[in-house]
Amino acid sequence: MTEPLLSVRNLAVEFPTRHGILTAVQDISFDIMPGEVLGMVGESGAGKSMTGAAIIGLIEPPGRIARGEIWLRDQRIDNLPPEKMRKIRGRHIGMIFQDPLTSLNPLYRISDQLIETIRTHLPVSRDEARKRAVKLLDDVGIPDASRRIDDYPHQFSGGMRQRVVIALALCAGPELVIADEPTTALDVSVQAQIIEVMKELCAEHGAAIMLVTHDMGVIAEAADRVAVMYAGRLAEIGPVRDVIKDARHPYSQGLMGAIPRLGESLERLVHIPGSMPRLNAVPPGCPFNPRCPKVFDKCRTHRPATSEIEPGRRAACWLYPGVTEA
Amino acid sequence: MSEPLLDVRHLSRRFDVSPPWLNRKLERTGKVYVNAVKDVSFSVKRGETFALVGESGSGKTTIARLIVGLLEPTEGEIVFDGQSLSRGLQGREARRLRRRFQMIFQDPLASLNPRWRVTDIIAEPLRAFERGMNDRARRLRVGELLTLVGLSPEDGVKFPHQFSGGQRQRIAIARALAAKPEFIVCDEPTSALDVSVQAQILNLMKDLQDEFGLTYVFISHNLQVVRHMANEIGVLYLGRLAEVGESEALFEHPRHPYTRMLLDAVPDIDMTGRRRKKVEGEIPSPLRPPPGCPFNPRCPFANDRCRIEVPGLTPVGLQAAACHAVEEGRI
Repeated sequence: MTEPLLSVRNLAVEFPTRHGILTAVQDISFDIMPGEVLGMVGESGAGKSMTGAAIIGLIEPPGRIARGEIWLRDQRIDNLPPEKMRKIRGRHIGMIFQDPLTSLNPLYRISDQLIETIRTHLPVSRDEARKRAVKLLDDVGIPDASRRIDDYPHQFSGGMRQRVVIALALCAGPELVIADEPTTALDVSVQAQIIEVMKELCAEHGAAIMLVTHDMGVIAEAADRVAVMYAGRLAEIGPVRDVIKDARHPYSQGLMGAIPRLGESLERLVHIPGSMPRLNAVPPGCPFNPRCPKVFDKCRTHRPATSEIEPGRRAACWLYPGVTEA
Repeated sequence: MSEPLLDVRHLSRRFDVSPPWLNRKLERTGKVYVNAVKDVSFSVKRGETFALVGESGSGKTTIARLIVGLLEPTEGEIVFDGQSLSRGLQGREARRLRRRFQMIFQDPLASLNPRWRVTDIIAEPLRAFERGMNDRARRLRVGELLTLVGLSPEDGVKFPHQFSGGQRQRIAIARALAAKPEFIVCDEPTSALDVSVQAQILNLMKDLQDEFGLTYVFISHNLQVVRHMANEIGVLYLGRLAEVGESEALFEHPRHPYTRMLLDAVPDIDMTGRRRKKVEGEIPSPLRPPPGCPFNPRCPFANDRCRIEVPGLTPVGLQAAACHAVEEGRI
């Protein structure tokens, strides 16, 4: 059994507000193995981006990690001082965000941004860093990389910009890349290109990916395992094929049915009534109980923990034996 | 076969995106135009859904705005139920025609006035079109509309920010239905919503269509959603129609290389092992469209003719495609 690369244990993220404490992420545990692609899906407000932000230490105050631990191999990273965390970010954990225009500085050439990042983390000369940067841009599929490297971000199209961001995330050779909705701002025809580049390059560099998205199609295509989040909690986690073909948690079942598919047409979609509760009004018991078609008495009073229901699969639902109370 | 309710004929819209006069004189440059929509024709049958799909910059939203009269076409004509809309309708006639169609926008937060209560928002079309209606009747009607879209009449006293995204889109739908229209233009109505909420809204829209015999023009970039909603589909690329046809036929046998590419690019959610085909390149800037067929720089079947001559829509099987290769029988 190999050691997990990243280990998240009972993580909780809270935001103190005037009206009390809002819990954005509650009691989440999962591992990411070296080289693995873990997909993280959920609707807006489910806490998926917040989990990613907690791992890279970028939760905006007054938000804070209230409980739990995050381990990168054998180093605990959730309580590091900011300057130490900055060394890990970029060097060990790379980041790709949704909007490539906001993650690139519009005032600097691409070359400056790449070379600076490489030299911050690795002891190489400027020339060597530039060579490395050109090679990376070439790898992510930017034509004529040695010339385009001196362009400014606005001179690239949306898809090309996202390729630059991928290069930037990978330039110091991180072991883990956190990609938060990397293709949401892109057109479908470009989306496929970007996912492929990201997957190929991470595999080449031996980097694991935590892929945060609301698009189940992207997950189906790219992920090895998938975690489904609901109201700040992990509803289900397991191998991607199992979860898509045979979801266990009623929420994941509803989510799969709600996706319109190309093969079938003009029938009604399965829909989950209602919407996800606001963070200040999460119902007692299972957070999904008011919308759940299979709800019974226990669900309304007792909160299920995300527990193992069969080898390699965990779910938080009282329908399955072996689920414990949170 | 029902007769078309909406007929769009050779519609074009050009935008002037020139730099200011002084810059033009100093830099000795001319005026710059974007052809956002170029020679688009299609018709929508009564009670059916016509979908326009395309990527960003393909002109879908411009067409929506042209249809509802938020923009004036540069060329071409829009005929609604036998009457031309682009001839500058005046007074009572315009009012009578306008109340028969409505629009639903992508972002419900931007299309609902944040300072108005929901009742006032939904009652606004009633005030404009049902002048004879008294306050009491209007309040009752707003309550009915709210119930119709799955909200409760008591929600009327709230403000838009007190609702979730899906509920806001329901409010926008209730407002669109208030004037009892026959025809609704929906511009990406669900693309700002989560999948489970999207399913609710799509189902609601279909139910309303069945109940009131509504005709939709449905604009989206999401092929799966379009497949679910539309009877007929028009595929747009850089302001021109690449292919038009009956939904089933178009999905079963896409003709135009761009339509094929779009279908291949849809992620394989059922994990049948089909790999997404990698598509080369991106949509070129509408400021400098390539000569000839707009798709030629990305097309695997392009030849010299495609680089010079703009293809027109020609019928192939059950649909029509604008492609030289298809017309010549090369693919």
